[in-house]
Amino acid sequence: MSALVEVEGLVKTFGSGEAATRVLRGLSLTLQGGELTALLGPSGSGKSTLLTILGTLMKPTAGSHSMLGTDLVAADDRALTLFRNLHIGFVFQFHNLLPDFTALENVAFPTAVREGRETAAARTRGRELLARMGLAERIDFPTANLSGGQKQRVAVARALMNRPELVLADEPTGNLDRAAAMQVMALISEINRDEGTTFLISTHDEKIASLCRRQVVVGDGVVTG
Amino acid sequence: MLYGLKIALRYLTASKAQTALLVLGVAVGVFIFIFMSALIGGLAEFILSRTVGDISHVTIKAEDADPPILISPDGHVLAVVEQGRARTATLADAATWVPLIETVPGVTAVSPQITGAGFLTRGAQVAQVGVTGLEPGRESAILDLDGYMVEGTARLGSGLIVLGQTLADDLSLRLGQTLRLQSSGGVSTVLTLSGIYRTGNGMMDRSSIFVSLPTARTLFALPQGVTRIEIKLADLNAADATALRIRALTGLDAVPWTDGAEQLMEALNAQAQTGYFLKSFALITIVIGVASALLLSTYRRRPEIGIMRAMGAGRSFVVFVFVTQGALVGLLGGLSGAALGYLALLPFPTRDAFRPGTLPMDITQGSYGLAITLTVLGAILASILPARAAARVDPVTAISQ
Repeated sequence: MSALVEVEGLVKTFGSGEAATRVLRGLSLTLQGGELTALLGPSGSGKSTLLTILGTLMKPTAGSHSMLGTDLVAADDRALTLFRNLHIGFVFQFHNLLPDFTALENVAFPTAVREGRETAAARTRGRELLARMGLAERIDFPTANLSGGQKQRVAVARALMNRPELVLADEPTGNLDRAAAMQVMALISEINRDEGTTFLISTHDEKIASLCRRQVVVGDGVVTG
Repeated sequence: MLYGLKIALRYLTASKAQTALLVLGVAVGVFIFIFMSALIGGLAEFILSRTVGDISHVTIKAEDADPPILISPDGHVLAVVEQGRARTATLADAATWVPLIETVPGVTAVSPQITGAGFLTRGAQVAQVGVTGLEPGRESAILDLDGYMVEGTARLGSGLIVLGQTLADDLSLRLGQTLRLQSSGGVSTVLTLSGIYRTGNGMMDRSSIFVSLPTARTLFALPQGVTRIEIKLADLNAADATALRIRALTGLDAVPWTDGAEQLMEALNAQAQTGYFLKSFALITIVIGVASALLLSTYRRRPEIGIMRAMGAGRSFVVFVFVTQGALVGLLGGLSGAALGYLALLPFPTRDAFRPGTLPMDITQGSYGLAITLTVLGAILASILPARAAARVDPVTAISQ
């Protein structure tokens, strides 16, 4: 079985000359489809940089990166934008919802932006996802009126909108209380189990990491365990 | 792109006060543009109507023929047959041409005339005058003689004379009095004063007199034909083209009013140029206002742009959202400014009712469509820079802000 994501010898350097900082130092990692993986490591170890590269928001300085058999290092911005839209979902630490839009509009965004309009099918899918996140009563609420946990669940629903193969979550529970964090993780586990969506979750929280079937530890720019 | 329009509208309605201020700023610029257009256009109309409204727009004058000469075989002029000074060149076939000229499109009036110089005598007082013989019934065809009458009537008949108020005052004349008019050819006749006019033009009110065409024939010994044909047009600016058409139709030397009016045309052009500058400044103000407001909006929305890019929005989508915002602001501001301009111009008198002491605003020359179109185009232009800046936002940096 071929891997969903493969990175090999990944190097990322910020700045140049004496000010150059090498964050990733030849990191290699493979993710199989359907995995629920925790990405652990201290601050500055390169977790967020790795997620950013895996999310095609940034290109590595050196090394290879492919997903679903597509070489993502060689792809141009337009191709990466479409690839990201179709195959990758994001959940950020601070939810990063569009503040002037309702919960449903936020969730439907990834589909609407690709299709050029908010189709009835997209709205139906959005409603289903929000209902699954326990937010059926909050569908038309402006996101500013939602609690932190509710916002993060909207963000998870948005990440799943286009049925991506990979969801990258950068400290998705880092800004939530324990109960809300557990609720979000329970939803992620459920979706991973039911739909086979691959999750890579960056976290400092051992408790959260223990809920994942695989743990990858990053230290000093390489995988250490 | 429907979705881009939705996002743009949402951004505009999300900051209502900011959007309202921006639209108001654009509207004020458009208002100035329209006000200046109406003022400059109205002023040009006013100046033209005051300077050439009462003169012939196309004139056909009889051409003086060269005097016959006798030349020796070696090229020396031996004799010149000098015509009497009283002889006047004539348009002998005026009766044929006048109906034909009246059919030319744009021609509103045709006035065949006999003109010449003369002396007006009242007792011991003598005044040198310019005499114009007009066809009865066409007295006000070119100069609105009826409109300028202060006493009596402009209607000219046999043995009647109409003259200016200054001349009447100089000669202490009253209606019904008789006076003697002697032409430059020495023919004299006694006429009865039937009307006094005042145009406000000092030279004219002092030295121009009007008699009937038959009276002028007697005075200037012209049993047939006229010395000039004056033509009035519906559109002053069509004089050059109409003169060409009349020339082609009749073969006569039709001269438009613009010939010899270079200084007036230069003044009007300079005025129009001033108007273009003022309107350009208004447009530049709009462009700068929209650009700066959208740049601020772009900066404020950097994190959202980053999120959109992360969710799969392409650079072109981001550009479209911000350019659409600019276009919508331009359209709203353009329409409001045009409506505001129209309402502000309504109280001003119409172009036909311009009076000294009032601003000669012409509501029909507000250039409303042009103002709205240029504003929308200007706003789109102004939004390109902020939109491109937005599209270049690095999602990673923006999201982490």
